[in-house]
Formats: sequence, C-alpha cells, structure tokens
Amino acid sequence: MKVKRYSTGSTILTIVFTVLCLIWIVPIFEVITNSVKTNASINQSAFALPNSESFVGITNYIKGLTFGNYPFLKSAGYSVWISVVSTLLILLCCSMAAWYIARVGSSFARGFYYLCLFSMIVPFQMVMFTLTNTADELHLNTPWTIPIIYLGFGAGLAIFMFVGFVKGLPLEIEEAAAIDGCGPVRTFFMVVLPMLKPTLISVGILELMWVWNDYLLPYLVLDITKYRTIPIHVQYLKGSYGTVDLGATMAIIMMAILPIIIVYLFCQKYIIKGVAAGAVKG
Amino acid sequence: MRKKKKRDSSAVTSNLIRRPIQRWFPLFILPVFVCFCIGFIWPFLQGIYLSFCSFNVPSDATWVGLSNYSKAFHDASFAHAFWFTAAFAVISIIVINVFAFTVAYALTQKMRGSNLFRTVFFMPNLIGGVVLGYIWSLIFDAILKNYGTYLTANPTYGFWGLVILVAWQQIGYMMIIYIAGLQAVPEDMLEAAKIDGATGSQTLFKVIIPNVMPSITICTFLTLTNSFKMFDQNLALTGGLPQVIDKVNKIKINMSELLALNIYSTYNISNKYHGVAQAKAVIFFILVAVLALTQQYMTRKKEVQQ
Repeated sequence: MKVKRYSTGSTILTIVFTVLCLIWIVPIFEVITNSVKTNASINQSAFALPNSESFVGITNYIKGLTFGNYPFLKSAGYSVWISVVSTLLILLCCSMAAWYIARVGSSFARGFYYLCLFSMIVPFQMVMFTLTNTADELHLNTPWTIPIIYLGFGAGLAIFMFVGFVKGLPLEIEEAAAIDGCGPVRTFFMVVLPMLKPTLISVGILELMWVWNDYLLPYLVLDITKYRTIPIHVQYLKGSYGTVDLGATMAIIMMAILPIIIVYLFCQKYIIKGVAAGAVKG
Repeated sequence: MRKKKKRDSSAVTSNLIRRPIQRWFPLFILPVFVCFCIGFIWPFLQGIYLSFCSFNVPSDATWVGLSNYSKAFHDASFAHAFWFTAAFAVISIIVINVFAFTVAYALTQKMRGSNLFRTVFFMPNLIGGVVLGYIWSLIFDAILKNYGTYLTANPTYGFWGLVILVAWQQIGYMMIIYIAGLQAVPEDMLEAAKIDGATGSQTLFKVIIPNVMPSITICTFLTLTNSFKMFDQNLALTGGLPQVIDKVNKIKINMSELLALNIYSTYNISNKYHGVAQAKAVIFFILVAVLALTQQYMTRKKEVQQ
C-alpha cells in the first residue's frame, strides 16, 4: 500500500519536472532553431520551427564566422588563450601562496590573508577606472599580459579556498618529507600539490567560468580594435542591433555557448562539485 | 567557532617546516603579492583618493574635497538606480531562493531522472551574462512584438525581464547548494521525527529548514551580492533604456539601470564626471560591504548550533 502511493507521487513529480525542464531549455532551443532560419522568418515568427521555406542549413554559420568587422574565430582564440592561461596562473601561484600563508603564519602572511578576504567583497566597479589606468601604464593591456591582471584581481577567492584546504592537511606528511631531506620546493610540488587536487579542480572551474564569461575587465583593459573576446564580440553585435544579420548572430551565439555546454556535459560531475565546494567555503 | 578552529590549526605549524619555507618567500608568495598590489590594492587605494578629486586621467587629479560625493548624492539618476536595484534585489532573492529550494527539495526525494533534471537546471549558469542578455532580449522582443511593443519601451518590462533572466541563470546554482545542504541533514533526526509522528510540513519546517540554515545563509548572501553587483546582464538586456529626461534637474535618467551600470555610464558622460563616478563607486562599495556583513550577521544568528 505504502509502496504504491510513494511510486505514484514519484511519477507525478517526474512528469512535472520533465515539463519544467522542457520549459527551461526553451531559450537554448530557440537559439538553435533560429540559427538555421532565414532572417525574414526570424523577424516575423521567431518561435516557429524551421520549415522547408525558412530552413537555410548551415549558411548562417558560415556567414557568422566572417560576419562583421572582426572574425569570430579570432575572438574565440583570444577567449580560450586568456581564460586557460589566467586559470593555470591563478592555480599555480595561489596554491603556492596559500601553502606559505598556512604554514608560515607570520604577520605578513596573516595580513595578506585578511586582505584577500577583504578583496572578495569589493565590487569590480570600485576599481575599474584605476585598474584600467594602471594596466595601461604598466603595459599589461594585451592578451599576453592580461592574465597578470586576472591573477591580481582573482587571487582573493583562490587563496581563501586554498588556505582553508591546506589547513586541513596533516602536517606529519610534510614533516616526514622535510626529515627525509626534501626541500620546500620539492615538498610543495611532490607532496602538497597532489593532495590539493580536488581543490585545484574546484578553484580551476570557478576561475575558468569567471574569466571565460567576463566582459567588463577585458573590454576596459584590452585595446578592443585589436583584441576581442567572445563576450565583447557578442556585445558588439548587440550594439548594431536592427541592422545586423539576425541569422548569423544566432549562429554566433550558438557557437559561443556550444563549447561550454559540451564541456559541461562531459565534466558536469566536477563542475557541480566544484560549485558546491566553492559556495560552501564562500 | 570557526575562527577559533583557524587559530588552533595555525598554531600547530612546526619550525621544521616554517623556517625553510620562509627562505623561499620570493618564489612562493612574492609573485602573487605583486600582482595583487597591481590588480587590487593600488587601484583600490587610488580609487578612494580619486573620489575626492576632479580628474580626467589620474595623473592630473586636483583635490576637490567632498564635492564629488555631494554631486553623487544629489544625482537623481543615482537615486533611481538605487531604488531600482533594491527592488530588483528583493524580488530576485525571493524568487530564486524559493524556487531553488523547492526544486532541490523535490530532487532529493527518490525520483526517476533527478540527475538529468539537475543537469538541465544548472546549465544556464555556465552561459555568460552578455550572451544571456542577448538571448533573452531577442526572446522578449519576439513575445512583445505580438502586443505591438518592445522590451525597452517600458522600464517595467526591463525589470521583470531582468528578474526572469537572473532566475533562469541562478536557480540552478542555488539548487546545487541547497541539494548539498539537504543531503547533509542527519538521517537519524528525520527518522526520529517520523517515529514521533511528525507530519510532512512539520518535518520540513521544524527539522529540515533549521538544518539547512547554513545553505540558506550562503544562498541569500550570494543572491543579494549578485543582484547588487549585476552588470553584464543589465547592459546586454536593456542597456538601461528607456531614457527619460528629468524636468526638474534637467538630467537624463536611464529607467532600467542598476547601480553598477549607472556608475559605468556616469563615467562615460564626459571627463567632468570621472570624479563623480568614482565617488559613486566608493558609495557602492560601502553599500555592498555593509549589506553583505549585515546579512551574514543576521542569518548566522539563526543557524542551529551542532
């Protein structure tokens, strides 16, 4: 009796959630269907499915790649480069710094740690004008040097998360390594870093999501006539709204979100874990 | 309690490890510290200084005292952006948290396909704010066209559009945090409630919710700070439009503009407004900090001691 009631309830829930999930993916579905339609059809009936008249295949995608005054693949390339390099730099430098902070515990280390905590509540608007100016003066305004800016502004969260984890590591292992004649550099890379792996994945995912999707920092820091990332590219399309080729724009949006969705479907276990860990610490 | 734990663990650091690491100071901590100074500390301090100055670029700054602040406080567009942001924050905190908690609660019950549903709900979170704003502006415009209007015609459309967008983006994220919290509710407590004959709603309100209070703290904190700091979505969805000219003060007010976007557009009006924009940024920073700390203090008090 009880089992039967439970299962009907569960079936109803499953049905409700199936409907909800279908509603949830409508926006993405709209982008997909509109990316293979003619401009006239998008304008008149954006919600209609493509039919034999309005279906144009991949022409929009081909147009999208060369569309506008800046090639899409170039901005995609800059996006990949900036986010990968910045994330790796943040992971390496911040885990090292966090180990130093947790194990040395000098007043400098503690002061730096509290500054990191403080930096987490400062909104970007507070520093955006002065940061842009500093980056220009120090010639950090190219895609090759912008990871340094990301390291500086993103250090707070990363160091906070790494310090919390390092403090939970058993000291005995590092002491054993030291007694066996292992120097600090080797101890860090051979002993500590492998133990940090779960945190490295969590922090890496959070930083990667942040840098990949970031619009304002690269927009202000980079010379956008020469260098654009995907968010800047999309915002430029929006700026010329009305005169733009809607079909090609849809194709560009599709190309901008498809890689993320594919990566997500393959590593969702890590992403969801990383997000949960990051949030609980925050 | 947390603080005490931290202090204890830092005290156990042994000299065996500490001394050798300290010698490697230039390798381990100096690079990050230098970058942190370039990317945060120096811009932050310079930002505070410049909020008291009139400047075009920081090198030609001249001290003007509090006049930037008084201009910022008398700016009708800033006041409008503040109330717009406050209303947006309240609505989005309620919508996101209620929906996310309900979904998380349902998904932690035994149910077919709950992993798939979780995957779908979380997905929008990975899409960047600018791209999200673009997608939704096209959808809203397509819907509103049937009624002979468009998204930036009325700030109310912009407001609810932003709420829908942000809910779509953040519910999945908060749901993940609530699921983690719900799974950590002690099994024996739930069993005890069942044996004592508690009804479903009694179990929910007297056992489950007090136990997931830490998750509620985190989620309200995140939704609060996210909605106050929101920029990309606002810029891409409406860009602050429609614009209205205030007849009393003779200034332009962007009707669907949040605080962060207001600061940004103030900076872009002309060189004369750089100082005012920086003063607004300082006010904005203090506001966010005070809200974040107060909220932490208020909800931490309600958490169950374990």
